[in-house]
Amino acid sequence: MDIKAYIESGILELYVAGTLSEKENKEVHVLMQQHPEILQEVLDIEAAIIKLTSAASNQDTNHVLNVVKKELNFNKNDTKVISIQKPKYNWLTYTGWAASVILGIGLLWTINQNNQLQSDIQVAEIQQSLLETQIENSKNSLKEANTLIAVLRDNNITQVRLKGQSNFESTYAKVYWDKNEQRIFLDAQGLPEPPSGMVYQVWSLKLSPLTPTSLGIIDNFTSDENKIFEIENANESEAFGITLEPAGGSASPTMEQLYTLGVVSVG
Amino acid sequence: MDLETLVEKFTQKDEKAFEQLYNMYSKSMHGVIFNIVRNNDIAEEVMQDVFIKAWYKSDTYSISKGRFFTWLLNIARNAAIDKTRSKNFKKTKQNLNSDLFVDIIESNDSLDSKTDAIGIKKFVNKLAKKCKDVIDLLYFKGYTQTEASEKLDMPIGTIKTRNRNCIKELRSMVLS
Repeated sequence: MDIKAYIESGILELYVAGTLSEKENKEVHVLMQQHPEILQEVLDIEAAIIKLTSAASNQDTNHVLNVVKKELNFNKNDTKVISIQKPKYNWLTYTGWAASVILGIGLLWTINQNNQLQSDIQVAEIQQSLLETQIENSKNSLKEANTLIAVLRDNNITQVRLKGQSNFESTYAKVYWDKNEQRIFLDAQGLPEPPSGMVYQVWSLKLSPLTPTSLGIIDNFTSDENKIFEIENANESEAFGITLEPAGGSASPTMEQLYTLGVVSVG
Repeated sequence: MDLETLVEKFTQKDEKAFEQLYNMYSKSMHGVIFNIVRNNDIAEEVMQDVFIKAWYKSDTYSISKGRFFTWLLNIARNAAIDKTRSKNFKKTKQNLNSDLFVDIIESNDSLDSKTDAIGIKKFVNKLAKKCKDVIDLLYFKGYTQTEASEKLDMPIGTIKTRNRNCIKELRSMVLS
């Protein structure tokens, strides 16, 4: 729209005079907000009219205010006066608020950082304990390996080969018997994984008469990596045998499931 | 505090805002009222009523309806005109018809620097009769454009443009 022509039309003078319709008043109000030059024009017209009408007043009107205030019951109690005289917001208030907002943001940031660090520490701690476990495992492996080496080199160790029996001919095992320490090391590398629900059971045998004594079950066969098991053996064994038994083991060996057997050579 | 905030506070019945607005507009309202009633005591009385009324009606004002000054001006003009129609008034004052605001200003000795005495007087002195009439009717008496056109026997469009030119002249005198 042509703002200049609109201003020149004289409508704004009528707007200030109050002779426009309600609809026209709203239109002018909207245009005032959209066009600063229209607003300025209205302000100028109004200022001029106020000066002109004030000039028609030949009296001081200050005292009328007191009458009006009294009529309206202004300042009717002290608390009201105090509330009116409360200091206005000054730059200190604003900077104070600004500072507290900045401080608040800073605090939130710090809390956030702290949480982040805490969780970082947790992750690091978990990693550390994992590493410690690994080291511990390695230490144990090394210890076992060293023990095995010592056993293999020891002259007092009796080696017994356990050969595959009948149906299980392809299987084998080896027993290293440390009589001094009353223990055997069973190398079960040559045995297949036991079917689920079944375990290998190790037996010490006397031959005449044939008397089996259980040395225990190998229930960690699958999880053990090198398949070498240390088993206590205080018996005067003449042979060793390995059978497959239901989980938990059996009181006497199931001979149909005898996988390997080996006799201790004398001398 | 800008005017809009002040008026907003006033509509929320803020006494301090009311006082400030009174100080801004009371002189102007008094001029308008006095021009209609032509009596100091009555003018004061009407003034009181106007501001008391404004206070009670404050929540009816909305900026979209027009200027706050205009709102107040309407209350003042109506109150003053009502007064002139009351029985008591008619007894005391009879002849108002020919009175224009200009003669008050011309004879006003209480004008101070605040009210741009020199500028206003200069303006009034050199003001064309047609301008005086139009300004008097539209601003001091609250005539509508149509009423003014009938009273002055002038087309409506002419009222509008003439008024524009008259106010332009006023502005050049009183606004630096």
